[in-house]
Amino acid sequence: MSERVELAHNAAGRKVPSVVNGRPQIPYLGVGKYQVRGRKAAPPLRSNKDYPDNGDKRLPDLTTALKKGGLRDGMVISNHHHLRDGDRVALMALEAAAKLGIRDLTWFPSASFPSQKSAIDLMQSGVIHHIEGSMNGPLGDYCSQGKMRGTGVLRSHGGRWQAIQDGEVHIDIAIIAAPTADAFGNADGSHGKSACGSLGFALADSMYADTVIVVTDNLVPFPCIPWQIQGNNVDYVVEVDSIGDPAKIVSGTTQITRSPDRLRIAELVARFMREAGIMRNGFSFQAGAGGIALAFVDYLRRMMKEDGVKARFVRGGSTRYLVEMLHEGLTDYILDGQTFDLDAVKSIASDPRHVPTSPFTSYNYHGKGNFASMVDAVVLGATEVDVNFNGNVVTHSDGRLLHGIGGWQNCLFAKCTILAVPSFRDRIPVIVDEVTTLTGPGELIDVVVTERGIAINPQRQDLLDAVKGSNLPVRSIQEIKAEVEQICGGRPAKPKLGDRPVAVVKWVDGRVLDTVWQVG
Amino acid sequence: MSGAKEKRTAQAAEAGHWGKDVRSDLHVSLEPSDSGGLEITLESRVSAYYGTSILAQTRQVLETLGVKHARVAIHDEGALPFVISSRIETAVKRAGLGSGKKAMPEKVALPASSARDRLRRSRLYLPGSEPKYFINASLHQPDAIILDLEDSVHHAEKDAARILVRNALRAVDFGDCERMLRINQLPLGLEDLVELIPEQPDLVLVPKVEHPGQIAEVDRMIGELKARQDINRAIWLMPIIESALGIENAFAIVAASPNVVALTIGLEDYTADLGVARTVDGRESLYARSRIVNASRAAGVQAIDSVFSDVADMEALRQWGENSRALGFEGMGCIHPSQIPVVHAAFSPSPAEVEKAEKIVAAFEEAQQRGLGVVSLGSKMIDPPVVQRAQKLVTRAKATKQ
Repeated sequence: MSERVELAHNAAGRKVPSVVNGRPQIPYLGVGKYQVRGRKAAPPLRSNKDYPDNGDKRLPDLTTALKKGGLRDGMVISNHHHLRDGDRVALMALEAAAKLGIRDLTWFPSASFPSQKSAIDLMQSGVIHHIEGSMNGPLGDYCSQGKMRGTGVLRSHGGRWQAIQDGEVHIDIAIIAAPTADAFGNADGSHGKSACGSLGFALADSMYADTVIVVTDNLVPFPCIPWQIQGNNVDYVVEVDSIGDPAKIVSGTTQITRSPDRLRIAELVARFMREAGIMRNGFSFQAGAGGIALAFVDYLRRMMKEDGVKARFVRGGSTRYLVEMLHEGLTDYILDGQTFDLDAVKSIASDPRHVPTSPFTSYNYHGKGNFASMVDAVVLGATEVDVNFNGNVVTHSDGRLLHGIGGWQNCLFAKCTILAVPSFRDRIPVIVDEVTTLTGPGELIDVVVTERGIAINPQRQDLLDAVKGSNLPVRSIQEIKAEVEQICGGRPAKPKLGDRPVAVVKWVDGRVLDTVWQVG
Repeated sequence: MSGAKEKRTAQAAEAGHWGKDVRSDLHVSLEPSDSGGLEITLESRVSAYYGTSILAQTRQVLETLGVKHARVAIHDEGALPFVISSRIETAVKRAGLGSGKKAMPEKVALPASSARDRLRRSRLYLPGSEPKYFINASLHQPDAIILDLEDSVHHAEKDAARILVRNALRAVDFGDCERMLRINQLPLGLEDLVELIPEQPDLVLVPKVEHPGQIAEVDRMIGELKARQDINRAIWLMPIIESALGIENAFAIVAASPNVVALTIGLEDYTADLGVARTVDGRESLYARSRIVNASRAAGVQAIDSVFSDVADMEALRQWGENSRALGFEGMGCIHPSQIPVVHAAFSPSPAEVEKAEKIVAAFEEAQQRGLGVVSLGSKMIDPPVVQRAQKLVTRAKATKQ
């Protein structure tokens, strides 16, 4: 079962395993301290002579495609998560592998979702050896309890690109769900009954996997316009009745939080950006699709109108709120990483100012720059923040896996990183002495906004100066923490964690930032 | 000791709430027994962090209430300590135990006592049986919060709310907010006073007042309770008139006690009493509201408007508030925190009004200095009442700016 692990202390003082799933690891060295060398990984060379001249790469079903792709025990199989909780293709592929009697696969999704919980059965029956990708809900619990045979590896969206590109993960077969595709393999996410918007998370898989299979429920005659996945990278195309449940792929409408406390947090974030001078003509920001982030966008938008300010671009997590800003002329462009609701899908399908991006353009750290670090301000969530501004986004305070990293780590490189969090949830303080699982180093986290006040990282004297004299409730993080502990009836007990690693958290450069320990 | 008697009448009881959608509350079920000590079971979504602390608190509360033998099952949904004590005490009292005893949480510092004529633009209603809204209420910066024991509390929960509100007044820091309490209709409201006056709320709202005698009775009761507890700080009164008869008696009601600092109206009940529907522009209650303003001014107290019940329509709220200020009201109730900034804006003078008033005041002061009897601004003569109004407005503008 579990490998005997040697543990080393990394530069953040965290204990991390030196070998993960049989591969030696370098512990985290600090922000910007690891110097990568060498050349990128590459897929095998192929020749046109092995592909039909008429461009028709269709096969009758996924099983045939997997067989022709050379599926064997122990391979790495990948999927993207643009269809979110509505995805049917990942399980379709894994179950087809199970029927073929395949064992010990590494499943490498860009994220997993609760509706994929039957992957647990496939792990128990030996088809899947372990998952490298975000795990939450039932899969998170399974991993947290130490039931997975291998060690989970949690990467950011940019870190996933980096791992593939640097050759740390070699994808044997990529199975790409495509809302629209042609028989050559060109694929697009913005049209068709299962439209999901951007397909950026699948781009690396299409470029670096040995074998690439496109699965679609909306086959159109060549050419599929526009394409985000290039057919020249694709081996086979499989047509199915349905790649997913449209109701779960995009929400009809994304909802702003109704909680007065969360609305207050959102408003404070927007006011901070205005008072600090971040909200000015030509600026840029990124916010996700969580309740607080959506409310923040709504407040900021009103303030931009009041002050006559226009953004050059916004990044998301796109929703109706960003689309409305585009229509109102409050931003020139939306650079879209994933597309959350129907309005956003319609917009990306029809408006050239609403542009799909990928983890390569936005997040990859081993590249010649990326968009995330050019953003003026980003608004993120967290499960915990500590007094040194370190953030945790992957585990609950009791150590159970809760979220994937998503783009969170990559976004920390924005010019101003703002965590918008309640100061406590159900009596559990969010501001703590030390985060349970280190996901983001405090030196990259500039501002923590809670309903009880705004804490600015003392390393950001420029921001402290910028809001001096404003009527914002700026306080020290220790002061907020003390107040919360008083309300909650004292400091919470430290939950007991096991001593066996069940997953590791990778930093954006692929080094090991922290360990998730077995619970219960 | 009445232990033997208690044992005979003791019965199983429960209090509080739990379930998937419940937050910051807990459910306690208690089964008294004759022997065997305390058997406590706990299920909590925060047990990893506060399990030990909750068990210790439970034992301590039961001990304080004199419960020695019982089976106690707690389902906790992340309740704060003052809520935990409240629910356990309620279950104990419902079981017929702990009579005459209280399990009081530690007190936070009592804020400065509230001034008779302080700003009362907004008061945020907090249902007395919903603890999750208490702790952050003051962050939304209403001028006052109201802990409500009346209409927002189901009749079967009156006992629980009274204990919960008592503990909240002790343990929750309501910041700069005036701490108001809405008691039940008399005579039940008198029992509320017995439990809650010792915790020194700043103001008591008396609902459904129709006669001055009701205010006199509440005032007398508060006076006695204050004397008994040696309380020196003011506890003000705000009668709520909610019927046609109450409106007819408005002035007598305000004048019934020197502790009345404001008068308000409850429009849901008032319109029901008239048998008319409540409209967005409030024309059906114009007479009543004007009577409220007039009676208040006649008695030298603040006139405060009712609540606006559509929490989604901020534009209609703004219009209501501005109309209300134009009628002479100085504030209104809020049923959701998002209404507070809108209400504050509506009840604050506009920059243009303030500017004009400041000019008048400046002209007046200049005239005083030069010993002139007549104040003039530009080509206009300014009458003394205009000066007075301008002075009031400038004072209010300064107060609302803070």
